[in-house]
Amino acid sequence: MLKSNMEPAQNMGLWARFKALPLDSAPRTITVAVVLCLFCSMIVSGAAVMLRPQQELNKALDKKVNILKVAGLYEPGVDVVEAYERVEPRLVDLETGTFTDIADPNTYDQRAAANDPTMSVALDDDPASIKRQAKVASVYLIRNEAGAIERIILPVHGYGLWSTLYGFVALEADGNEVYGLRFYDHAETPGLGAEVDNPRWQAQWPGKKIYGEDGDVRISVAKSAGSGPNAQDYHIDSLSGATLTSRGVDNLIQFWMGERGFKPFLENLKNGDA
Amino acid sequence: MAESRKKMLLDPLVDNNPITLQVLGICSALAVTSSLQVALVMSLAVTSVVALSNFSISLIRNQIPSSIRIIVQMVIIASLVILVDQILKAYLYEISKTLSVFVGLIITNCIVMGRAEAFAMKNPPIPSLIDGLGNGLGYSLILMLVGFVRELFGSGSLFGVQILQTVNNGGWYVPNGMLLLPPSAFFIIGLIIWAFRTWKPAQVEKREYKIMETEGAH
Repeated sequence: MLKSNMEPAQNMGLWARFKALPLDSAPRTITVAVVLCLFCSMIVSGAAVMLRPQQELNKALDKKVNILKVAGLYEPGVDVVEAYERVEPRLVDLETGTFTDIADPNTYDQRAAANDPTMSVALDDDPASIKRQAKVASVYLIRNEAGAIERIILPVHGYGLWSTLYGFVALEADGNEVYGLRFYDHAETPGLGAEVDNPRWQAQWPGKKIYGEDGDVRISVAKSAGSGPNAQDYHIDSLSGATLTSRGVDNLIQFWMGERGFKPFLENLKNGDA
Repeated sequence: MAESRKKMLLDPLVDNNPITLQVLGICSALAVTSSLQVALVMSLAVTSVVALSNFSISLIRNQIPSSIRIIVQMVIIASLVILVDQILKAYLYEISKTLSVFVGLIITNCIVMGRAEAFAMKNPPIPSLIDGLGNGLGYSLILMLVGFVRELFGSGSLFGVQILQTVNNGGWYVPNGMLLLPPSAFFIIGLIIWAFRTWKPAQVEKREYKIMETEGAH
């Protein structure tokens, strides 16, 4: 070792010269760090690039599964791609309540759009606590064999106790009767707020009505049904022990079914003007 | 040799368990044990990361300058964790959604770096791999024990299969909601440590202090 250190440097190859450096010398330390980082970054980026298609597929499949579940078309083991053929994704301009073609409905990302200042509006009066609302929303239409609309699936989201709840409301073709409600992403307390996922609680929703006689949103998530004609048709029991999550669900339903949500669209759809 | 390798693998299960004796890696044990399925995937992820990081760090241990050895270990561990995270996202999407950030947080799991620094830097690759496996399995054992108690009594099920019919689903069992919250894992780990130390008194630490007896006090 000592001998090799004294040999003239120009007589040695690069590798030998490197080996001759003490382990802790600056050039050797930097070389080790650079080589290691290059090697690790190649592995990481290689894995990320190679697995990307599979991951994108999973994400898209997961969303489709959620849409099929709320539409009542999903059973374990069903071929998702085939079942999804009955679903027609469309985009709706929330202000006018009409269909729009500004983007491809299959790839439009409403969540990303809500964060983009050019594609969304900031909300001053914000009952669902979502801060910004995308101008264009995705909706999903389920058609029957004759081609008529059978169900309408609308994405909703709003703040609960700890987290924003993301979900879908499925309505019957009349745009008033609820077919189902389901959240696919939230972080509420397990056993309390997270009971929004409990099938027994979700089973209350089918058959309820959103709009009262006067056309305003009448459905509410509350402790008691209150009074008035057909009060039970508009009442969903709160979750016990999860007052704030229940209030969050109530707020987001009021908001998304209201004037600034899907109400103009549902009215247009009913009148055939969408 | 074979005898000592077997010992290396089995020692961290009970006698030198990373969670109960060394009290490392507690944070993730709190976060991911509310259901057994999630705990199992987390166990597999941590075991593969600690085994592979031990192996690869040991492979290049003679080339690592001591001044940057911690950073080198972190780079290797972080790369492995990202790899595991990507694979989970591609092939176990549902579970990776529940694990969310906790896979990424394996990087900060003290067991992984603890074994790299304490064992892999000084030993050849194969023993390091075995040591990593053993410690990963020791971690897994505690995770599964905690997950078993939390899922069974917190939601009345095991691996998602309903064992005790809960009231919410029309049965008789009132689930203990506290078990679904992270602090309950602390209590369970505490009880496991107590049980281990009663079984193996050698694990009981020496007292570092003694409370002074004050005169005249009753």
